[in-house]
Amino acid sequence: MTALPPRFRDWFATRGWTVHPHQVDMLERADDPALLLIAPTGGGKTLAGFLPTLVELAEGGHEGLHTLYVSPLKALAADIKRNLLAPVAEMGLPIRIEDRTGDTTPTQRRRQRADPPHILLTTPESLALLLSYEDAPRIFAGLSRVVVDEIHALAENKRGDQLMLALSRLQALRPGLRRVGLSATVDDPPAIAAYLARHPDPCPILYADPGPPPDIAMIETDAAPPWSGGGGKYAIPAVLDLVRRHKTTLIFHNTRAQAEIFFHELWLQNEEGLPIGIHHGSLAREQRQRVEAAMIAGELRAIVCTGTLDLGIDWGDVDLIVQIGAPKHVKRLVQRIGRANHRYNAPSKAIVVPANRFEVVECVAALAAVREGDLDGTPRGPGPRDVLCQHIAICVASGPFTADALYDEVTTTGAYADLTRGSFDACLDFVATGGYALRAYDQWQRLVERDGLWQLRDPRGALRIRQNIGTIMDTDLLKVRLRHNRGGAPLGEVEEGFAATLTPGETFLMGGQVVRYESLREMVVEVTRRADREPRIATYIGMKFGTSIQLSERILRMFGQEDWPELPQATREWLHLQRARSKLPEPDRLLIESFPHEGREHTCIYGFAGRNAMQTIGLLLTARMEEAGLHPMGFVATDYATLIWGLDPITDPAPLLDGENLRDAFETWLAGNAVMKRTFKQSAVISGLIDRQTRGARKTGKQATFSADILYDTLRKYDPGHLLLDITKEEALKGLVDFGRIEDMLARTRGRIDHLRLKRITPLSAPLFLEAGRVPVDGAATERLLAEEAERLMGAAGLSIDTAAEPRRWRVPT
Amino acid sequence: MNSCDITLAGQSLRALGSGALHWPEKALLVVSDLHLGKAERLARRGGAILPPYETRDTLLRLEADIRATDPARIICLGDSLDDDAARAGIGPAEIETIDAMQCGRDWIWITGNHDPAPRDLGGRVAEEAVLGPLGFRHIAGDRVPEISGHYHPKARLALGGRVVSRRCFLHDANRIIMPAYGTYTGGLDWTASPLADLMHLGACAVLTGQRPCKVPVPRPAPPSTTARRATRRHAV
Repeated sequence: MTALPPRFRDWFATRGWTVHPHQVDMLERADDPALLLIAPTGGGKTLAGFLPTLVELAEGGHEGLHTLYVSPLKALAADIKRNLLAPVAEMGLPIRIEDRTGDTTPTQRRRQRADPPHILLTTPESLALLLSYEDAPRIFAGLSRVVVDEIHALAENKRGDQLMLALSRLQALRPGLRRVGLSATVDDPPAIAAYLARHPDPCPILYADPGPPPDIAMIETDAAPPWSGGGGKYAIPAVLDLVRRHKTTLIFHNTRAQAEIFFHELWLQNEEGLPIGIHHGSLAREQRQRVEAAMIAGELRAIVCTGTLDLGIDWGDVDLIVQIGAPKHVKRLVQRIGRANHRYNAPSKAIVVPANRFEVVECVAALAAVREGDLDGTPRGPGPRDVLCQHIAICVASGPFTADALYDEVTTTGAYADLTRGSFDACLDFVATGGYALRAYDQWQRLVERDGLWQLRDPRGALRIRQNIGTIMDTDLLKVRLRHNRGGAPLGEVEEGFAATLTPGETFLMGGQVVRYESLREMVVEVTRRADREPRIATYIGMKFGTSIQLSERILRMFGQEDWPELPQATREWLHLQRARSKLPEPDRLLIESFPHEGREHTCIYGFAGRNAMQTIGLLLTARMEEAGLHPMGFVATDYATLIWGLDPITDPAPLLDGENLRDAFETWLAGNAVMKRTFKQSAVISGLIDRQTRGARKTGKQATFSADILYDTLRKYDPGHLLLDITKEEALKGLVDFGRIEDMLARTRGRIDHLRLKRITPLSAPLFLEAGRVPVDGAATERLLAEEAERLMGAAGLSIDTAAEPRRWRVPT
Repeated sequence: MNSCDITLAGQSLRALGSGALHWPEKALLVVSDLHLGKAERLARRGGAILPPYETRDTLLRLEADIRATDPARIICLGDSLDDDAARAGIGPAEIETIDAMQCGRDWIWITGNHDPAPRDLGGRVAEEAVLGPLGFRHIAGDRVPEISGHYHPKARLALGGRVVSRRCFLHDANRIIMPAYGTYTGGLDWTASPLADLMHLGACAVLTGQRPCKVPVPRPAPPSTTARRATRRHAV
């Protein structure tokens, strides 16, 4: 129980501020071992988290680190530092505050380890790195509190799991450590509380006044939204008008590619030359920092951005949020709206711009959900074991441990509370020996057990462990640089797969510029500023959000209406057109459309089962089509539908969708598909089986990288019971596969399939053609296309294929 | 067995989908860069602990090719072992497999840059071999026509929006450069500099896989002549 000291009261008074009730609560409960605060942005959330620290440190005399602050974003750490330095300076508090992220210089890092500040602001990855040092116990010697900011965002992915394991380590070093979580509005606060606290400690939840409901509406435009497309280009005049009428506008996009296109189009129409910038995670740091600086200085009227600006960064006077494209999650929409208008107790203002007519429906449903306070969420599964493997490696890099002690420590983490000793031992064995059924080179194992203590066989192994810390996957990005400027700043990054499809001379958008692809040199994409063609759209590793199932159900109910007076005219007509041309999906029937388009046969299944399940349906059906010789080539899934394309048409989908057959196919399928391989690759890197590809090591000439696909195939063939295959299956089931929901869908429709053979693409299916995240099916169609392409290329090059004289000997492989 | 024909110095050769080269007239099978013991070497040097099955897998694939082509001669074009010490990591079961494959066949280990060629794994060791008009060595040189390995060429093709990456044979009028046969052996992009300099205009690649097929090797495009200033965007 701590009261606000006079010095602090005076400071609040000179600022003209009153202390928020939740800030007082936080101070009063400062001694609780764990505490979760749920507050809207602008509610003084950060100060509430730090107030107990400032009060405890105000009298001086504390030696070493006192409070560790962890946030998901580097930018957030820097931002919080700025905000904390003000009260500390104004009250003359004897407190040293520093941040430590991937951007901190090596000199500063060394100094921080030798002489830690009172408050250290950092990210989960930088914390994990600190814990891997032999002197970790000394670095954290004085640690008393840890503040986890934006915990709702961390809880969504493996970065949060890594952080919570790190906290279990810290707690072992400092048993009295108190944990505080700061969260935006979430659907299930007790789940976040259990996630934060040391298991089985209780974790009280404090709620700040949520403030007035947000002022949120759908945009009104003269032009109708297009049938398909994700850019929101039609709305640019209306958006420019909004920018003109507000002080600072944040224009959010769901993907980086869309942000790039929109920014490009916006500038073509920005006749007044309003200062507008672009900010997303694929841009080079230097460029992002320029935009951030301009934003803080109040020089920008608008920023086109993606999720990198999504988390509580407090950048001046944002008075309007524009969301382009459907807000896939209601929760995310609410959080983004919170970004606007940091004045407490004034309603946040947001405008939603649906990019196409399907999204109009989605927006109307989402707005209704926001009004009803109907947040959506998905329960978390058990803690991922690939992250645990990395954590074990981090622990051993720091010093020897006993398996018993580490197991006890790990299971104090909420997500790992149910981890069995057997599972833990398997992970330890994997880190130590690779965990293979064939004990081939045990004399070279990584860890050895001596006198009950696990330690590195070769202490130099610690370096490799440190280089591979982290759970963020960015291995497939290539830097883009201007030619003749090799020492200069890169423009940004593109996906390796995209770079590989470029031919010299093609152009694409990067950071708002049109650039021309020249060559790929030592894994750097070299470009020039010459644009002589229409730009193609670069693809980036995307923020791809799935619409919640709750939203899907709302939409399906809307489709059942006779008419839709709540929708704009164009969208109403679009739905009527779909009803006339084909049908609208119904809750108790399964609509399937088949039609040819651009030389490929397409089939669209409107399952409305959520993205995970629709993705699984895509994987299962293409596997079964491959068996049936229908040459499927790929598919894409949204929350509502799966679109499959291939060389041959589906004439009768009923047997493909038969429940029994599907379930049988599920097990066999699970082994060999692209999604599993992608998941395997991620788990292989996180668990430490293969090295994270560092930029320096990615020279084309060095064959330093392993094909994760080959390792996956090898394990399946020779060691099918291997831990990493088990982890891959679990992670894929968690993230991408949802067979339970498929069963629900089959039960709901009970074989009532409406299969329509149509001559062309239907209104409702059109948006699917622009979905990101197409999954290729690597089967007989690839071989057929490869042969066709080879023939075409040979012909074009004026070369004859030898088979013209002597036919190739084809034989069915045995 | 699916294959694709390559003619070199008037000789008819067959590139197999597995990455082996078959010369029916001479009953010869050529494989390159087996890199046996690669996983063991990485573990020994404190690197990744990869699944220890690649030596077995490489040999089983070779056994299948030998069964299908029944050659009288086999040439391993160098880097058969991943390094000098890799021999120690090859177990009795693998040695038995090698013995069985060598039985009744002339087996030549060409020395590579990673290994001096295995001296106690049966067969003969040579720096290079000549058969008919063709020379066989590890690294491509000036004495053509020749067949070599070492570079592990790998092709990348964009196919309707996706990229297919495959190990490949490269060939022109003078030489064939073989793909790596070892299961864990990586690849060098077919347009990367040592390969681009070695192969002459009109070079083709035969992609490995279920149905090996031939494509022309792309040449670096000449720089654009229609240089036009890009529409500069406001960049803050």
